[in-house]
Amino acid sequence: MTIPTNYFLALSGVLFILGVLGVLIRRNSIVILMSIELMLNSANLAFIAFARAFEAHTGQVLVFFVIAVGAAEVAIGLSMIVSIYRSRGNIDIDQISQLKG
Amino acid sequence: MNGAATRDLFALAPLIIAFPIMGLVINLFIGRRLSERWVGTIASAAVGLSFVTALLQFAALQNTPDGIRVMVADWISIGTLNISWALKIDSLSVAMSLMVAGVSTLIHIYAIGYMHEDVRLQGDPGRFTRFFIYFNLFVAAMMILITADNYLMMFVGWEGVGLCSYLLIGFWYEKGKDGIGNAIAGKKAFITNRIGDFGFLIAMFLIFWTFGSLQFDEVFQSAEGAGTTVLTLITLFLLLGVTGKSAQIPLFVWLPDAMAGPTPVSALIHAATMVTAGIYLIVRSSVLFALAPATSNLVALIGAVTALLAASIAVAQFDIKRVLAYSTISQLGFMVAAVGLGAYVAGIFHLIAHAFFKALLFLSSGSVIQGVERGLHDSGQTNHETFDPQDMRNMGGLRSRMKITFWVYLIGGLALAGIPPLAGFFSKDEILADASENSTLIYILLTLAAILTAFYIGRQIFMVFFGEPKSEAAAHAKENPPIMTVPLLALAVLAAFGGILNLPTLQSLSKWLQLTLEQVQHTEFNVLVALLSFVFALAGLAVAWRVYGSQRDAADPMRRFLGPLFDLWENKYRVDEFYDWLFIKRYKALAFTLAEIVDWRFLHDWVHDTLLARTFQRSTRWLAEGFDLQVIDGAANNLARLIQGIASRLRTLQTGYVRNYALSIFFGLLILMSYILIQFSS
Repeated sequence: MTIPTNYFLALSGVLFILGVLGVLIRRNSIVILMSIELMLNSANLAFIAFARAFEAHTGQVLVFFVIAVGAAEVAIGLSMIVSIYRSRGNIDIDQISQLKG
Repeated sequence: MNGAATRDLFALAPLIIAFPIMGLVINLFIGRRLSERWVGTIASAAVGLSFVTALLQFAALQNTPDGIRVMVADWISIGTLNISWALKIDSLSVAMSLMVAGVSTLIHIYAIGYMHEDVRLQGDPGRFTRFFIYFNLFVAAMMILITADNYLMMFVGWEGVGLCSYLLIGFWYEKGKDGIGNAIAGKKAFITNRIGDFGFLIAMFLIFWTFGSLQFDEVFQSAEGAGTTVLTLITLFLLLGVTGKSAQIPLFVWLPDAMAGPTPVSALIHAATMVTAGIYLIVRSSVLFALAPATSNLVALIGAVTALLAASIAVAQFDIKRVLAYSTISQLGFMVAAVGLGAYVAGIFHLIAHAFFKALLFLSSGSVIQGVERGLHDSGQTNHETFDPQDMRNMGGLRSRMKITFWVYLIGGLALAGIPPLAGFFSKDEILADASENSTLIYILLTLAAILTAFYIGRQIFMVFFGEPKSEAAAHAKENPPIMTVPLLALAVLAAFGGILNLPTLQSLSKWLQLTLEQVQHTEFNVLVALLSFVFALAGLAVAWRVYGSQRDAADPMRRFLGPLFDLWENKYRVDEFYDWLFIKRYKALAFTLAEIVDWRFLHDWVHDTLLARTFQRSTRWLAEGFDLQVIDGAANNLARLIQGIASRLRTLQTGYVRNYALSIFFGLLILMSYILIQFSS
């Protein structure tokens, strides 16, 4: 017995909304970064689900790309957060508003 | 003489004009470095050669009596107007150029002596050369006038002699009354002549309009076909030109003032040659005048009235040259009257005779004036400024002191008075005989003028040469050197025997001019008229002798006798004042109106200042303040302000909060997604 694709998609949607809410609501940079990671992985889940449903490999291949991109993004994001912390002493995202018009 | 030789002689004709021009060019360029003797010799030789050339033309004409047209160059060629620079050599022009060149030569020689003295008396010896340059220029212009083949070329000469007249009247331009009198006299002559020239110009336009040509032969050939009205108009305008140049009523006022020029100028230009140009013009256009009897009558009347009026003015003048000036006007009136009556030969005859004796009289008067001036110098008196060497009341008793001058003056005077057998008797008598046949009125006017002529010339001779000297200067007067007296003697011979030209029975001049002129009246010698005029002349002289012969003081006895009439004559009928009142004052008022009201108030104050300047100022102010500041600057400023306003509103979007941006991305995503869903689901 196989789990229907809709279930995966629903889980993927729930995870994505959680990620979005995390990005929009939380002020901690690291948490935001984690929420973005959550969104990426929800998308991965959707890809995998479709790949399985249509029996195509394209979705799986894309997932690898997304994981690679996400790893790079996390690496850069964390290093930015480290340097922000070094210069400002905290990582509150609302404190970093020098680009305010 | 064969035909080829004749043609060769005619080919020399342009030299009549060219020689004086050569003379003036030589004197113009190297005259300053030459001595006075050389300058005078060159100028006189140039005119003398011109005379020789004229003689050659005379000889050539014996074979070709009809005359010839000598082409020199094409001049003006516009449309149907074709005017060439050509000389008309016929009996009339040759007779005139012989007279002009001959008299000019004698006057040139005289002027060498006269101007030698004059430039030193006036204090500027440097002008000696200039005088002869002007003199040669005058002869050249006069020759152009005489030999012209068409009206336009004649007009060139006509204006040329007018210019020289102006230059020579104002020769001592810084002298005269108030240091400007001579210049004013020159100006007056020039402007008065311009009025006449205007008539000549209009006549030329009419001639071209009517006949399509300005050449004499072509015009005269088709003259019969033209209407009387247009011919009358043409001749009337020509007459206006004649009155200007030949000093007739109403334009005679310039000639007496023209005596401001040196005496040889008065003799050459204002007695012998230039002023006769008007008579020459009428004789040349005789075909036209013959077809316009109304104008001819007017010409005769103007001439006769001028003759009488000028003669009466001459009676009451005291300036020796002014008497001669009015005498010239009077004698010109005789000639004009003659040509008006159709007696063209008589007119030309009197013109030539008059040139002889009037040039003689003028030159002798110059001799008298210089004799008196030298006397003034020798007498040791110092009243140079106040003493007038031309006033006859300062003279007297010069007969024994200036013997040659006295005798030639007497010959000239008697010729003028019309005493036989001198030249003036025959020429004047011919005019009187013509007048007696044609018009009693003209005859009476001219006879009265002749009586007055004998009287005023007698008065002059007796005042100047007889009686006792009335001033120290006159008492010390001395005769002039031979360079002046020899030309006087030559002219005296001409004045005495000039009558031979047209003796009553021989009629040589009549026959000669008949070759050119179609209408030649044959007036028989009228013994009664001749006798009468002789008696009248003697009577005039006798009265003059009675009144002035033994006069001792300077007062004029005629003043007591004639009373107010004498004053009127002395003041020249107040014509100058009348013209001043009638024309000059009106003209000045008009000029003032134009200058003050039209130009200054209307044009300057209103049009320029009010209309143009103020409107311009207002419009520029409006452009600067209204348009530039408000519209252009406003557009730029408001555009900037608008951008600023938009920008200041838009900048609030840039909160700098990352989560805001993320939210807007989210919403954007939502919108895109919902759009795609709606688009692709249906």
